[in-house]
Amino acid sequence: MTKMLTDARSIRIKGRSFLAVVLAPDLPFDDWLVRLDDLAARSAGFFLGRPVVLDVSDLPIDRAQLKDLITELAGRNVNIMGIEGGRPSILGPGMPPALKGGRPVSDEAVAKEPIIELRNGEAKPAAPEVRTALQSMLIREPVRSGQSVIFPEGDVTIIGSVASGAEIIAGGSIHIYGTLRGRAMAGSLGNASARIFCRKLEAELLAIDGIYKMAEDMAPGLRGQSVQLWLEGDSIIAEKLI
Amino acid sequence: MGKVIVVTSGKGGVGKTTSTAALGAALAQRNERVVVVDFDVGLRNLDLVMGAERRVVYDLINVIQGEAKLSQALIRDKRLETLFLLPASQTRDKDNLTPEGVERVITELKRVFDWVICDSPAGIESGATLAMRHADMAVVVTNPEVSSVRDSDRIIGLLDSKTMKAERGERMEKHLLLTRYDANRAERGDMLKVEDVLEILSIPLIGIIPESMDVLRASNIGAPVTLADARSAPAMAYFDAARRLAGEVLPITIPGEKRGIFGKIFARRAA
Repeated sequence: MTKMLTDARSIRIKGRSFLAVVLAPDLPFDDWLVRLDDLAARSAGFFLGRPVVLDVSDLPIDRAQLKDLITELAGRNVNIMGIEGGRPSILGPGMPPALKGGRPVSDEAVAKEPIIELRNGEAKPAAPEVRTALQSMLIREPVRSGQSVIFPEGDVTIIGSVASGAEIIAGGSIHIYGTLRGRAMAGSLGNASARIFCRKLEAELLAIDGIYKMAEDMAPGLRGQSVQLWLEGDSIIAEKLI
Repeated sequence: MGKVIVVTSGKGGVGKTTSTAALGAALAQRNERVVVVDFDVGLRNLDLVMGAERRVVYDLINVIQGEAKLSQALIRDKRLETLFLLPASQTRDKDNLTPEGVERVITELKRVFDWVICDSPAGIESGATLAMRHADMAVVVTNPEVSSVRDSDRIIGLLDSKTMKAERGERMEKHLLLTRYDANRAERGDMLKVEDVLEILSIPLIGIIPESMDVLRASNIGAPVTLADARSAPAMAYFDAARRLAGEVLPITIPGEKRGIFGKIFARRAA
């Protein structure tokens, strides 16, 4: 039986990026935990209320060892929100989800990131960041299958094509001077005025401000054309560029 | 210092091993010292294509683990004395391939050989990333069909991010080798056209190898096609590709495309 859609409103899926602290433990864990305790004693509350990601890449450990480590960390009020670089075999139910595709940031950014203090279990929102200048990202080469470009800060311009299986996620608009075969998601942080431009449209998926459109939802006449897309209400409008 | 080439593709069965052997033999026939290295631990094939499967004593893993010296593991080709093979292990676990070990072996090979050609396993796991890690240039083997092209695109992305060259901020030289090209099927539209593949991958083309029974026949008798039948169409295409790898500039011909009248006259004169 096919389900009928009774509600015409679409579901909004949005991207958010948060700055997480990445802990990369080394073996043996006992020694490492001693060093961690030492660090925590010197800077109290460093991990308090911070999202912490555990990087276990290249560590020859099994599931039990990982579980013990997570318990040890929880005992120190370090809550793990995700595990990076873990083999699927050592992850399991009841463990934080596997994360991938993280990008390194400068140490200053970690230090500057305001620590959210926990008071009576309620989180106080961090003061909004004051932005000095608008940012944009320029990529001068093709974006290959399997690569993803995530730039929540502003517009992304690509001089080259975006391959099938690649994705571009931008807080602002996306400009592609080439063929768009992969996915493009503009206005990912909630920007309804963001647009997508491409020289040749062959996209797998397009999204603006969380409203998305699959390849089969697109008008066949637009395929292979120079196209711009924008949002009107809750639907994506496409138009050929000359 | 020799040049390190990785022959890679992402997808399996597109002709990496055949191409490694053929390019290796073609370069060795220019009197340059060549070693072909099999990185496909557990599923080695290069020894068969090179016709050296009965002469394997030590392998790459033995050298990495310090159980044999490099000189003990290298097998000299019986037909070409400048061509060598470093076989992969068929029995050992592929986790024995360590980054440090690979680096040591490649550095040592570079000192002795003009060309170190690494035959990458299929996939994007550690075997494939280690095979490409120390390469100076890459030959991306692609068949003219969509899944192979997309896998090659993925591999190009890895070549630009996971290799030593990329990590040092240099540009990895990448070349496209289009294999199993069938002119009739391309004409009927059953296959991607050369220009479509080039448009998607946007890396320079180094050669187009026609689909041919000669390739299969050469593999079965255990000889690189450039040694088994040097006058065959695929062998000629590999010879040209090898010359381009060595830096020569040659026009690329699409197999099966009718030559103009001048081409015919020229071909007759040359023959």
